[in-house]
Amino acid sequence: MSYETIIGLEVHVQLKTASKAFCGCGTEFGLAPNTQVCPVCLGFPGTLPVLNRQFLNYGLRVALALNCQPAAFLKFDRKHYFYPDLPKNYQISQYDQPLAANGWIDIDTPQERKRIRIKRVHMEEDAGKLIHTAAATLVDYNRCGMPLLEIVSEPDIASAQQAYDYLVKLKAIIAYLDVSDCDMEKGSLRCDANISLRPCGQQRLGVKTEVKNMNSFKGVRDALNYEAGRQEDILGAGGAIEQQTRLWNETQQKTILMRSKEEAHDYRYFPEPDLVPFTIAPQTIAAAQATLPELPEAKKERLMNQFGLPAYDADVISSDKHLALFFEETAKGYPVPKTVSNWLMGDIMSYCNEHRLDFAQLPEVLPARNLIDLLQRIDQGTISGKIAKTILPELFGSDKTVDRIIAEKNLCQISDTAELNEVIRTVLRENAGVVTEFKSGKEKSFMFLVGQIMKKTRGKANPQLITTLLRERINSET
Amino acid sequence: MRRPAITDSFKYLKLFKHMPITDCSAYEIRQKITAGELSAPEIAAAYIRKITAANQRFNIFVHFEPEEIMNRARRASHGPLHGIPLAVKDNLCVRGEPTTCASRILSGFRPPYNSTVIDRLEQAGALLLGKTNMDEFAFGSSCETSCYGPTANPWDRRCAPGGSSGGSAAAVAARFCPLALGSDTGGSIRQPASFCGVTGFKPTYGRISRYGLIAFASSLDQIGPFARDVRDTALLMNAMCGYDPADSTCAQQPVPDYLSGLDKDIRGLRIGIPREYFPPQLDPEVNALVRAALAVLEQQGVELIDIRLPHTEYAVAVYYIIAPSEASSNLARFDGVQYGLRAAAHGVSGQSLLDMYEQTRAQGFGCEAKRRIILGTYALSSGYYDAYYLKALKVRSLISRDFEQAFAHCDCIATPTSPTTAFRLGERLNDPLAMYLSDVFTISANLAGLPALSLPCGFSRALPAGLQLLGKPFAEELLLRIGHHYQQQTSWHTQSPPEA
Repeated sequence: MSYETIIGLEVHVQLKTASKAFCGCGTEFGLAPNTQVCPVCLGFPGTLPVLNRQFLNYGLRVALALNCQPAAFLKFDRKHYFYPDLPKNYQISQYDQPLAANGWIDIDTPQERKRIRIKRVHMEEDAGKLIHTAAATLVDYNRCGMPLLEIVSEPDIASAQQAYDYLVKLKAIIAYLDVSDCDMEKGSLRCDANISLRPCGQQRLGVKTEVKNMNSFKGVRDALNYEAGRQEDILGAGGAIEQQTRLWNETQQKTILMRSKEEAHDYRYFPEPDLVPFTIAPQTIAAAQATLPELPEAKKERLMNQFGLPAYDADVISSDKHLALFFEETAKGYPVPKTVSNWLMGDIMSYCNEHRLDFAQLPEVLPARNLIDLLQRIDQGTISGKIAKTILPELFGSDKTVDRIIAEKNLCQISDTAELNEVIRTVLRENAGVVTEFKSGKEKSFMFLVGQIMKKTRGKANPQLITTLLRERINSET
Repeated sequence: MRRPAITDSFKYLKLFKHMPITDCSAYEIRQKITAGELSAPEIAAAYIRKITAANQRFNIFVHFEPEEIMNRARRASHGPLHGIPLAVKDNLCVRGEPTTCASRILSGFRPPYNSTVIDRLEQAGALLLGKTNMDEFAFGSSCETSCYGPTANPWDRRCAPGGSSGGSAAAVAARFCPLALGSDTGGSIRQPASFCGVTGFKPTYGRISRYGLIAFASSLDQIGPFARDVRDTALLMNAMCGYDPADSTCAQQPVPDYLSGLDKDIRGLRIGIPREYFPPQLDPEVNALVRAALAVLEQQGVELIDIRLPHTEYAVAVYYIIAPSEASSNLARFDGVQYGLRAAAHGVSGQSLLDMYEQTRAQGFGCEAKRRIILGTYALSSGYYDAYYLKALKVRSLISRDFEQAFAHCDCIATPTSPTTAFRLGERLNDPLAMYLSDVFTISANLAGLPALSLPCGFSRALPAGLQLLGKPFAEELLLRIGHHYQQQTSWHTQSPPEA
């Protein structure tokens, strides 16, 4: 029997407001434990939460960018569970009236463009962190009260790869809004997944499991692939899936039981009496809408229309806000956008990956001016494309200009006919046999001779020029 | 309690021609200070002596440090309450001072922050004397559920002072201070004010910042004053009220000068008398005293009219769903992790966290706190929420609507504060329902968020009874004005207990 996979994702995004969700503490990452706390976020008795306005504004921006309908009222609820990282033993969250609902993200599958519906986007506060040592378990409350958005998809995702693509797209959108770092390793984006299988053609949903503890997008994909396989094995053997929460174990590459349905919490939600519900003013929503930047989809369209990029290039470049900005900056000063996109998707992206450079740092380490100069020197015949590729790594993080590097390394292309003819004469003399082979019709031998000339000029010979000169020379010798 | 350093305070003692300082009202103390006849340290010394001598008889103050009081007296700022002694209920956070809600679970807790009201009153120059006894976490109507033991009623030590702010009410009655702070969630200021023969006021929900008040039921809690009379109440209100950005439920409503409003005319005002508040079970003597009080007001030119508040009978039931639900949530934070009591865990390994939670809460909370946590947890549980909590919210809004409709016909509403005078200590402790019913007349004001004032209106078998005036939202000034006019014609509020 073949099965259909059904996945829904719950993504937590930590918003980079200047202060926490309900108190005045800062939100810096990585400070010494318990140095970014106050009586309010520590849940001390008698203290009261006050909503950070920027939290609402950022939340609205995300909700609108995800095509959601914002709620008329902003209302918070308390979600109760006992855990030492939760100082009040309840979390201020939203239950029956989320900030926004009914949105979507479009992803591209090999077959089609697919719409993944977003059920709800709600606001809540983060918990602290437990640090387990041999002697004791310690609590770091720095993260307590950090503003989080929970973005819940409908179960519209049909494979682990689609889940991956959804996350990539979601991250791109939020990065464009500049409201979160969306860094899974730092925990500013966290993802839990609900997954179930059902026989193809069946309407009723199968029993689902919830998978937690994935630390990267790839981890999400691996975990879901594993979990789909596990469920398929059970169903295939005639077994039944038990509703469970399972943890992804990265090293063992498998999911492990955390708790079963019987152990599920009763969160006893009820309206947070310390925060009075209020109407979200239409002006607030309008202001959030008005300040939305161009989003990845629109950017892609424009890269195609304005710069004539192929769909694939436009997709890759628009997937990252900073990459797209860098592209546009460079394409402004260079007439062939496709060349810019080739360089970005080729050498520049691989350099960044290799050196773990964030695209956000690009303008700093490689000013667009330098890339423009480099491309222009190729067009002007000052250097060859090949030499340009060797110059690129030198340019990263350097304060030297392209011309200075060319001069210092003596990389200027040799286009002087007399000089090149001299080299050609030597090469022909040293390789008389090869010349004979070429003359007898072995075309490959010509490239060998070009290679020899390049070697003698340490790659600086103008490739077009030597081809012409070499042919002339061989022909004149007959 | 520590033995106070009496020697230090003696040098400030003076003999007064007319009356001891401790018999003065706050208003009179202020006049003497303004006239240069008294200094803050002299006042402090007099009260320290009085409290030190008599506290044990009543068990009113649970945290009281004379040396600290003298230090405060010397530093007191020169505001409108300069040097006027103030007692504070033990559920209000005072920076660096023990704040325990009369619960073992907060033993040793000293908050590193002030309540907003404490900040304001310190700025006004008030002299904090210490923390007063209360029912544990304000759960009770008799001041008996305290981990420090019960407070005695200064009018009759065999009787309860009422609760939960029994310590603050008794403090004013016993002349331990002219002013005190309490909190009122279902009558916790007004019922003890009535039992102790003092003036107690629960302002409109949102009138006074709750920041620093350890929450019982956040949507019902309101801080308020105790005083000997309405004029002192107005004096204290002037320094407490107003918007606080640290409390999202605090109203951005302008604050009038309550003192200067007291003498305005009350002729022609209409006072509604709800028949639901005069049921057959009402103590006949209390009934007679309240009727007599209304006659006094009528003589001053107010008009009494009959009104209906038809949903009154549901108030207690609604309250005992909403209040414990919120309490079960608010009290979840007392888990032994960060502050207060932490019981040693002795469970099997791996279970020690849960065991620590359970032992801490088992040892830290008293019976009534446990009862309310269980009630509230049950009411909020999945599957019961709609039947209990949601239903209660709906009836709560019906109760509010009763008042809105009634206030279309009258300016204020008068009722007895409590159906009886003070009951005996121990009498209702093992009968929760009887205890809960002692708040039957006070609960509705909390459910509807309305201001309500309790005034002494006479004695039944030597125990004080109370008249309650309820107003429209933010009608504090009107209630105080009517109360002041009443006290101009009566002397019940000037009586002091024989033992005080």
